[in-house]
Amino acid sequence: MSRILITNARVVDPASGRDDPGAVALDGGRIAIVARGHDPRLSDFDATRTIDARGAVVVPGLVDLAARLGEPGSEHTGLLESELAAAVAGGVTSLVCPPDTDPVLDEPGLVTMLKFRARNLHRARLYPLGALTQGLKGEALTEMAELREAGCVGFSHADVAIRDTLVLHRALQYAATFGYTVWLRPNDAWLGNGVAAKGPLATRLGLSGVPVLAETIALATIFELMRDTGARVHLCRLSSAAGIELVRAAKAEGLPLTCDASIHQLHLIDVDIGYFDSAMRLVPPLRQQRDRDAIRAALADGTIDALVSDHTPVMEDAKHLPFAEAEPGATGLELLLGAALKWGEATKLGMAKTLAVVTTRPAAVLARSRGVAESRQGLQEGAAADLCVFAADESWTVDGTTLASRSRHTPFARYEMRGRVHFTFVAGALAYEAAG
Amino acid sequence: MFGRRNPQLNANDELIHLLSIEGLPQATLQHILDTAGTFLSVNERDVKKVPLLRGKSVFNLFFENSTRTRTTFEIAAKRLSADVINLDIARSSTAKGESLLDTIANLSAMHADMFVVRHSESGAPYLIAQHCAPHVHVVNAGDGRHSHPTQGLLDMYTIRHYKHDFTQLTVAIVGDIVHSRVARSDIHALTTLGVPEIRAVGPKTLVPGDLREMGVRVCHDMAEGVRDADVIIMLRLQNERMSGAMLPSAGEYFKTFGLDAAKLALAKPDAIVMHPGPINRGVEIDSAVVDGQQSVILPQVTFGIAVRMAVMSIIAGNSP
Repeated sequence: MSRILITNARVVDPASGRDDPGAVALDGGRIAIVARGHDPRLSDFDATRTIDARGAVVVPGLVDLAARLGEPGSEHTGLLESELAAAVAGGVTSLVCPPDTDPVLDEPGLVTMLKFRARNLHRARLYPLGALTQGLKGEALTEMAELREAGCVGFSHADVAIRDTLVLHRALQYAATFGYTVWLRPNDAWLGNGVAAKGPLATRLGLSGVPVLAETIALATIFELMRDTGARVHLCRLSSAAGIELVRAAKAEGLPLTCDASIHQLHLIDVDIGYFDSAMRLVPPLRQQRDRDAIRAALADGTIDALVSDHTPVMEDAKHLPFAEAEPGATGLELLLGAALKWGEATKLGMAKTLAVVTTRPAAVLARSRGVAESRQGLQEGAAADLCVFAADESWTVDGTTLASRSRHTPFARYEMRGRVHFTFVAGALAYEAAG
Repeated sequence: MFGRRNPQLNANDELIHLLSIEGLPQATLQHILDTAGTFLSVNERDVKKVPLLRGKSVFNLFFENSTRTRTTFEIAAKRLSADVINLDIARSSTAKGESLLDTIANLSAMHADMFVVRHSESGAPYLIAQHCAPHVHVVNAGDGRHSHPTQGLLDMYTIRHYKHDFTQLTVAIVGDIVHSRVARSDIHALTTLGVPEIRAVGPKTLVPGDLREMGVRVCHDMAEGVRDADVIIMLRLQNERMSGAMLPSAGEYFKTFGLDAAKLALAKPDAIVMHPGPINRGVEIDSAVVDGQQSVILPQVTFGIAVRMAVMSIIAGNSP
């Protein structure tokens, strides 16, 4: 096992809020030493490799609660390999993938195989969500206990809305029986079918609109079912100011609830669709400025627990179609850090609090969903050595063709991003090192 | 953001494609209408041809069926002496197997000079304009619910012909506005040309309140909507909307929002009645009104040829 020493670093621990010059030593897959200033233990540490970070930030590896990897379904194209490489290139060391694969993740064998294949690639840690219903058809429950044993960290219906409220009720009851967390994107099955957010832009362009009601009605239903069943829920990718208000009230009431928002909703609005730019065809659709402002504020005040990349590989041709026919989604794993830093800088939050939304806060959501204790998370001695080392002041221009991801489409193309990942460690092993 | 230039204008703000009326300067619209006026006389001559597009190939690409609109474009192109090739690609390109952009690349390789595009998806002509060869011009002949700019322009030509001055008018657009590309084009053209009152009239299912953001007055009452109007534009009610969650029945729609003589009497005595066709007699409009003194529905068709000739000749004369 390699023993790695990272010196001349800026050690940022989002959990404690500490941000000091220092060094970090990794040994046996764990963080052996976190040194702030001079630490006599460092001189005794016999490193197999010493990295001079030259002032770069050392932070716990990023945790992305929503990243699709195209597998099962694309084994022949090797997408799992490229997308897990994209994860570590973006500093992401753990990611949660939804079950809307082909076939759907509703069989323990599929989950076992996916985890096995991911583990053999030695990149990021992969935490699959199992399907809440068989085939995501919204009819029959899956074998949740079996899926859990195979490695599912929770149960989700991905972007497929459950039409039958009785089935959703039963699914929450059953999941609550075992204490499993149910991951739901609040979207009404009937109102939520448009390709853009309802509003002046969709009206002008003649695009079918998803009203805010699609989110708020779904949230109201979910909260009532949570009150009745006691189920724990993680809400995926909130999109509206009104939705966030409902979440804030539900959290104040004490419902066992966490939620996330994606980098797209954090930075973009419907007007960015411009002249039918299919890179902006996203699920959920981009809403108005007041919604974006509410998401930015809620992420800062903790109402929204985590920022996610919503990484969705979309192949080249699938976007070269009229807006409504274009496949929704965008590459995002390599943009998560930059998107967080861009927001943090504008919000003047400081480095530690900014990084918390992509590290310790999503890690806490994941730990609760996995049912593991939260001790020794983040930058603590004895914690797993999942780390990201990035230069905070190095800027780069987003260009889909230079990303490790095989999916090139992103609404952030040509954006100036700050924060360049130099090294990513997973379980103490070097999983990514930037060229040059 | 990036690249947000209006894609239908070149660096000198000249029209190179006609994709939408939105964002076009008033002077451009007036220029098209003036040019159409000069072509009107051509259409009345014995030899109805001018050589402006001689040697040019115009491809009619209709991904959605419309014999009538396709024919008007065909006539307009032929009167400009262009060679016209009609391709009826009735269903969306993806359903056919070949992708939309592959179709465009193939036709570009046949040295097309102009594409006239009808497509069921909003924005499809933008995609084509973005990806076709630089010398090729694109005319939107109707895309989804988004835009039908030549229809909008021929409606403006008709209004100007009968009413002369846009800046004193009240125009009522009645019917299924939410799904109508004609209504959107009319609204953009009317606001650009300075019409002070544009009313969108219909039930809340077809005329949602957020249309106000396009600069129109929303009326859910027919009498209020047509009272003292100078121009009434009736929209076709699509068959699939005549019953279901949008409307209970064609009969009830005619009773509440159909234009008959009694409702027309509420408008100004010299009001004109327009309709983009094809007409559903007895659904959105009474036969007596269609055939009555105030109807200008057939002149609209005649003006439509001249307007399409104007659009094609203008964009063909501008280089990217």
